Amino acid sequence: MPEPLLEVRDLKVSFHTEDGLVRAVSGVSFTLSEGETLGIVGESGCGKSVTMMSVMRLIIDPNARFEGEVLYKGVDLMKLSQDEMREIRGRGIAMIFQDPMTSLTPVYRVGWQIAEQIRAHERVSRQAAHSRAIELLSAVGIPHAKERVNDYPHQFSGGMRQRVMIAMAVSCNPDLLIADEPTTALDVTIQAQILNLIRKLKDDFGSAVVLITHDMGVVADIADRVAVMYAGRIVEQGEKRELFYDAQHPYTWGLLGSIARLDRPKPRRLTTIRGMPPSLINLPPGCAFGDRCPHRFDRCRELPELTDKLGNGHLDACHLGPEQKKDLREVTIHPELTPGPP
Amino acid sequence: MLTFIVRRTLWTALIMFVITLLVFVIFFKTPGIDPARAIAGRNPSPQILAEIRHQFGLDRPFPVQYALMMKRLFITRDLVSYSNQGQLVLPEIFAAAPATLSLVFGAAVIWVVMSVAMGVAAAVLKGTVFDPLLMILALIGISMPVFWLGEVTNLITQSRLHDTFLFSWVPPLGYTPFTQDPLRWFEGLVMPWLTLSILYIGFYARVLRANLLEIQNEDYIRTARAKGLSERRVLLRHTLRTSMITFVSLFGLDFGVLVGGGALLTEVVFGIHGVGFLTYLSLTNLDLPVIMATVVYGAFFIVLANALVDIAYAWLDPRVRPT
Repeated sequence: MPEPLLEVRDLKVSFHTEDGLVRAVSGVSFTLSEGETLGIVGESGCGKSVTMMSVMRLIIDPNARFEGEVLYKGVDLMKLSQDEMREIRGRGIAMIFQDPMTSLTPVYRVGWQIAEQIRAHERVSRQAAHSRAIELLSAVGIPHAKERVNDYPHQFSGGMRQRVMIAMAVSCNPDLLIADEPTTALDVTIQAQILNLIRKLKDDFGSAVVLITHDMGVVADIADRVAVMYAGRIVEQGEKRELFYDAQHPYTWGLLGSIARLDRPKPRRLTTIRGMPPSLINLPPGCAFGDRCPHRFDRCRELPELTDKLGNGHLDACHLGPEQKKDLREVTIHPELTPGPP
Repeated sequence: MLTFIVRRTLWTALIMFVITLLVFVIFFKTPGIDPARAIAGRNPSPQILAEIRHQFGLDRPFPVQYALMMKRLFITRDLVSYSNQGQLVLPEIFAAAPATLSLVFGAAVIWVVMSVAMGVAAAVLKGTVFDPLLMILALIGISMPVFWLGEVTNLITQSRLHDTFLFSWVPPLGYTPFTQDPLRWFEGLVMPWLTLSILYIGFYARVLRANLLEIQNEDYIRTARAKGLSERRVLLRHTLRTSMITFVSLFGLDFGVLVGGGALLTEVVFGIHGVGFLTYLSLTNLDLPVIMATVVYGAFFIVLANALVDIAYAWLDPRVRPT
């Protein structure tokens, strides 16, 4: 088996705060091969962004503590100096952020900002970097790129700014593109365009992509594999088909149940996951989802391991057996379709 | 752009009008002020007082007096001091301006350089002991009144330690024009520059530090890091560059006030005969023409500084540029 592009091993991130130790990420492991697209799904505050920000070593909070390994092409990023890390940021691994309205420095022309990144990593002239910026801008679908390259960020709409961000991210041909909720702040009509753009660039540039989102629809659209996170841990991980058609974790069922689907009879109302995610300070022992899980039983007091119970690379962290789950799943996702008390 | 300039000029004229009117009214409505008595000298006879009143137009109706003064200030430019017979006011102000400009320009250079250095250092060293240390230092600088600091400086450099190698180079109080002796000009201004700038160093360092820390949390700073830029470049080209928008607009206003005569205390303490000193003298003598002229001079510079700030603002922040 070839060496994976990115391998995260037992990553733990915690923050010291006045209220106590916040365990934002408590033991996350996953691998990513070249050219692959991984979707990381979960509610706000479940540690998706912190995980990927830690991979980039972009968390500079002095109260943050990191454990575990992040192997990028076999090199542990956690052990690199800031200078070595800088070589990788933007060149090996690039990142797109959630809010394009605030992600560009307001006082510089967009072309200048793209050229700045190119010139931070390659010894090219100002002119060459500028023309590369124009090419990139037209590649991401900005009309009249030649003129717009000299515009300031505030002269672009949100969707266009996200295109600029994407152009910047791919400017140095990164192996890995991390997209942190790239469509959350955009209009629905623009969301699809941006996702298509990411998919197209992924094919053109051959980058692997990690897509962080809370939208199962986005994941279904673009990912090869999916990891579902809850309270700082991965609770289920597998191929996209597996995850959507044979979901194993009750939390995933909840996420799937809360999508309005057009290919099924219309339910009276969408299923919701009752309750709120637990506080990450003093997380109780046992399954973190236990308090919200409709199928909780005694063993849930122990922390479930993320293991491959089906024997096909589809991991989940739930004590229920695969046979039990088959019965419970439909009831949880589509209570309308099954007889019995709702 | 043209409408901007025209509107600006009209506003300036209106502001000047209101200010001059206010100064005029306050002067004549303040109890116990009689310019004629001040002009006449000691124990004047009523006849002499009446004669002076007539000669200076003080017996004419209020609006006429105001109009006459404005005419002599702006049009004929031959306004004469009340207390200094025959002294033309405008040349006096123009003669005083170089001293004020020298003082304020030098102090501004020191305060910009020092406050940027201190503010950046404090922001970068946040979390260490140096940040609170620098900020306490800045607070001390803000807390020291200029007149007190100036007197203490004079006490040390002119008297107590003047004979030691430390301060033997400090010349006696007063201002030497640059054209007359550049070295002496510089030596004589070092202490006033430092004294005047300390307050502003403290204030600007604190404002800049707070602004830098605020900007450091912006999304675009995270983007800049994610691009693989060096910390130094992120700090200078992104964080500091953006915070200059605030810094420059503050600076413009303070600078305008000081050039307009706001360095009065420093000028008086160090015996620099600039516009502030002139204002001080005219206020103690209740010399209305000079007060009026210095106020107009000051207002002019403040309005000018405001306009320059607006231009600098548009230059620094593309978002406010008219398209």
